[in-house]
Amino acid sequence: MVRISGAVLIALLAAGPAGAEVVAPQQVIFDDGAVPSSLTGVPGNAEVGRTIAVDRKLGNCLACHENTDLAAEPFHGEVAPPLDGVADRWSEAELRGILINSKMMFEGTIMPAFYRDTGYSRILPDFEGMTILDAQQVEDVLAYLLTLTE
Amino acid sequence: MKIRTITTALAAAVLASVAPADEDADLVVEGETLITRAPAPAHVENLTEVLSGWLFRSDETQALQTDDFDNPGMIFVDQALDTWDEVDGAAGKACASCHEDPSSLAGVRTTMPKVNEDGELWAMEDYVNDCRTTRMEAEPWKWESQDMLNMTALVSLQSRGMPMNVAIDGPAQSYWEQGKEMYYTRYGQLDMACANCHEDNYGNMIRADHLSQGQINGFPVYRLKWAGLGSIHRRFKGCMENIRAEPFKRGSDEFTALELYLASRGEGLSVEGPSVRN
Ligand code: HEC
Ligand code: HEC
Repeated sequence: MVRISGAVLIALLAAGPAGAEVVAPQQVIFDDGAVPSSLTGVPGNAEVGRTIAVDRKLGNCLACHENTDLAAEPFHGEVAPPLDGVADRWSEAELRGILINSKMMFEGTIMPAFYRDTGYSRILPDFEGMTILDAQQVEDVLAYLLTLTE
Repeated sequence: MKIRTITTALAAAVLASVAPADEDADLVVEGETLITRAPAPAHVENLTEVLSGWLFRSDETQALQTDDFDNPGMIFVDQALDTWDEVDGAAGKACASCHEDPSSLAGVRTTMPKVNEDGELWAMEDYVNDCRTTRMEAEPWKWESQDMLNMTALVSLQSRGMPMNVAIDGPAQSYWEQGKEMYYTRYGQLDMACANCHEDNYGNMIRADHLSQGQINGFPVYRLKWAGLGSIHRRFKGCMENIRAEPFKRGSDEFTALELYLASRGEGLSVEGPSVRN
């Protein structure tokens, strides 16, 4: 308990002004797989999000998704649909939901949940209680996805 | 279906520059054609065909396995041949004292892992160590030690070309069920099961890796990345760590049960050990 509030506090401080509240992973409310409201209240940065999407230790989206906008990066996966034009196919709220926990949208999907910190089996101790991306990183990747129109 | 078609077409365009694996190639080693594709056995519900991991490797890696002089795993087989004749332990025996020529162990690899007289499921490593401790009165070898890898490579080679054929009924059945359950369990922070990659997505690229069915008929393998031989359980450990999961211990009951299940998924494929992978 104490540790969780500590983490939230740090996140709050990091988020800076306006007293924006960071929504904790277990507090996220889904509506048909979508999450309408921002996790941080701070608008995402698409440029940063683009880097996170490529980073193998963070989004690593290219592991599974092909993405023409990132054609300069080697090795795009074939496991998932291409990310080209996702912003035409999905709303902001839907994309946020897919990022936070795609299993709420696609039952049984291979895609990891990027903002979920419980319910894992045999998670490596280094990752125990942690999410793959933090709340602002989710908003940043979301901002990037919203640039992917055709 | 529609999405998948688009994905594959686009990805093919993207990947055109990467050296493609020849999934139709035949594996001919020293004049003998090995079985790299076979009809899926009835107990493998979601596959129609079982495919050797060799088919998914690049032309260069494939080629290394077709000639025993090029196969870097063969050096270790030679080392094991020396060990085979060396007396070790209080009983004053070598492997050769009981088994004479290694060829007397032809076929062994196809049936591993196998339930022992006490009803326990043992992998080949366990049988080797049982010989060392009870018959030779020598120290057991560590699971991933060079001696153990060399010896399992030598023993596997005696079955090269013979089809995998493990028992999954009778006393083996509960172990098999346990392994099957594990195969479909999602582990780790990436929350994936073996099946997500090796059953649902074999043939697809996952970033720079061409996914195979994760078959174990080629083990122990010489992996270019490891610059050496590695055990089946080492591969399991690596795959679990990649999905940020705490692996089971090498030689654990869990990994041995998983090994039995995987061995049964490769029924009909030739033993290839020591194979070459990247
Ligand atoms: C391990 C594989 C994997 C990874 C990694 C992955 N995804 Fe996915 N994603 C999928 C699959 C598969 C689907 C399709 C849904 C399904 O059928 O399961 C999907 C669907 C999507 C969709 C909906 C696409 C559409 O057009 O329907 C979006 C958007 C998406 N992913 C974004 C991302 C982003 C952004 C990342 C990285 C931060 C990411 N994914 C990482 C496997 C993955
Ligand atoms: C995120 C994807 C992924 C998951 C999940 C995964 N693997 Fe793998 N596995 C790979 C990749 C990539 C390789 C190397 C290329 C190949 O052979 O598929 C590999 C290789 C293997 C091989 C070697 C095959 C050969 O012919 O050399 C075995 C055996 C294997 N995996 C078993 C497993 C088992 C058992 C599990 C579950 C505990 C598992 N894998 C989970 C990605 C995965």
